[in-house]
Amino acid sequence: MVRVNEPRPRTAPEKLHRAMYRDMLLSRELSDRMFALNRQGRAAFAVTGQGHEAAQVGSAHALRRGTDWVLPYYRDVGVLVALGMTPRDILLGLFAKAGDPASGGRQMPCHWSWPEMRVVTRSSVIAANLPHAAGIAYASKLRGLKEVSVVYFGEGATSEGDFHEAVNFAAIHKLPVVFFCENNGYAISESSEKQMSVLHVADRAKGYGITGSTVDGNDVLAVHQLSRWSIDECRRGRGPKLIEAKTYRLVPHTSSDDDRRYRTRAELDEWIKRDPIDRFRARLLDEGTMTPDEDAALREQIKRQVAEAVESAERAPEPAPEDALRHVFAEDGG
Amino acid sequence: MPDITYREALRQALRYQLEHDERVFLMGEDIGAYGGSYAVTKGFLEEFGERRVKDTPISESVVVGAGIGAAMAGLKPMVELMTINFSLLAIDQIVNNASKLHYMSNGQIRVPLVMRMAGGAGSQLGAQHSHSLESWYAHVPGLKVVVPATPYDAKGLLMTAFEEENPVVFIEHTALYASKGEVPEDVYRLPFGAAEVFRAGTDVTLIGYSGSVHQAFRAAQQLEEEGIDAEVLNLRTLRPLDVEGIVASVRKTSRAIVIEDDWKFGGFGGEIVALIQEHAFDYLDAPVLRCSGSDVPMPYSMALEQAALPQEAGIVELALNLCEGVTP
Repeated sequence: MVRVNEPRPRTAPEKLHRAMYRDMLLSRELSDRMFALNRQGRAAFAVTGQGHEAAQVGSAHALRRGTDWVLPYYRDVGVLVALGMTPRDILLGLFAKAGDPASGGRQMPCHWSWPEMRVVTRSSVIAANLPHAAGIAYASKLRGLKEVSVVYFGEGATSEGDFHEAVNFAAIHKLPVVFFCENNGYAISESSEKQMSVLHVADRAKGYGITGSTVDGNDVLAVHQLSRWSIDECRRGRGPKLIEAKTYRLVPHTSSDDDRRYRTRAELDEWIKRDPIDRFRARLLDEGTMTPDEDAALREQIKRQVAEAVESAERAPEPAPEDALRHVFAEDGG
Repeated sequence: MPDITYREALRQALRYQLEHDERVFLMGEDIGAYGGSYAVTKGFLEEFGERRVKDTPISESVVVGAGIGAAMAGLKPMVELMTINFSLLAIDQIVNNASKLHYMSNGQIRVPLVMRMAGGAGSQLGAQHSHSLESWYAHVPGLKVVVPATPYDAKGLLMTAFEEENPVVFIEHTALYASKGEVPEDVYRLPFGAAEVFRAGTDVTLIGYSGSVHQAFRAAQQLEEEGIDAEVLNLRTLRPLDVEGIVASVRKTSRAIVIEDDWKFGGFGGEIVALIQEHAFDYLDAPVLRCSGSDVPMPYSMALEQAALPQEAGIVELALNLCEGVTP
């Protein structure tokens, strides 16, 4: 007799799907907590990307961890979670503690550096890290290494000169770099119509002679598939790719923003209905990749994991004041 | 020791780096087939190939930004920005990125990037091509700023720049490329933060860097005829700055004048003046003066341009007055 609760062996795609779902949940829970901690006066600043989880997690799971270079932007909690950064480490950054592995409390939250995973801290100035990605990719090509650089940014970044300069440079030199745009329709308060006269960021690719593709950024499997193809193409030496994942941020730009000033509640409600996590959950349940009980247990476990991480990170020691002077130059204790 | 030009001295250092360090590559506008706007990289493309000597689009920001990326990834890029005037198009990459990535990553990311550019005035290139903006870069923690005055400096300091684990802003003077001086054929490196006593003297210290060292020296020769023994300091680097060297000289002479092409208001000379009063106030017999460029956008006409730049006669007059106890 078959027992109903007997876990059956999972196929490889099922394992991947469950891992991505878990990362999306963890990213959301962690992001919600970071915002709440700011509202409670326990963290000075928060910047997160609730609603972007499918775009972030789907693309990050297409990377070769530790081989490919990752240049995330400040919304990419999902990318870092997918790469394996722990909630505690991310929260040490939020609280700017001495043990913050990204910067020892020097950088703003969610501006990660993580050499083991080849994660490079971004500039708070929009689009400034796109040229860095082109340069890293240039180094990979020069050395004949099969590494790909993936740089993340919002659609607002595509109005910057650095977007043009970096994409043009990468296209001329056929560099292995994926320009990954998380288009959430708003550059802080400015809607896309104020940023560009084309419908899709991907349309801009034509001007550089490279492939640009638009994907439903709330469909994690579609994002994953397109990212995998694009990264593979880069690895084969076929030049840069531009990906536009259309999505929506379900929270204000940062903890300092009030999004009610520039978008309607009705619009937000529409996008809440298209929440990428709900959508993926429905699919996994429908396909039998997980059961409702497993889902409930997973969510409970993630809540607990994040709560424990908050408690531990908040109690961690502050940086020593004298540490402020270190690392200005490489020879200063670097 | 052979007499070679400032340009040739730079070429010797670059050639050595390309020959001895696989990680080194050069990148910039017109540096390949054209050989560089000041002919510093002439023939390098043929000699070292396109992998090592790369022409880039007219995109200063990505030239520096990609240099930063390649440096982070473990290479030793040298980017050429033609002139300091065009570096303004890359200033976010230089000031907000190159200088800060090491600090912001808690020392996990290093940016050993050499950024070469020509600065200075005196060649009738107008207001937008004649800037002396070295003080802007020297102001930024995390950047090293190098200002060679002679062919000997040019080779020795550029050699050191490639040893650096930090971003280096290497500012050559447009009017010095053809100047000649003795340069050893062998490899040597000049330390950063060590000024050179260009001419020893006892009565007044003339502090210069890059082009102004030569003006100071010529002024010192004229002062000698007037019976004044001026010491000339060649700073070589603005950051790190040889504060000890400056102070030691001022303690000896008790008088100092800073000579700079830069605008006076907010210029680097002001920093030197402040440091001298902090460290050598009791040794001073007179106020520390500056002989700087006029606070105007550089005019094109030679007559107007020369009027806006410090002149030897002006330095001599200031020094004579200073030594006689007359200050403006």
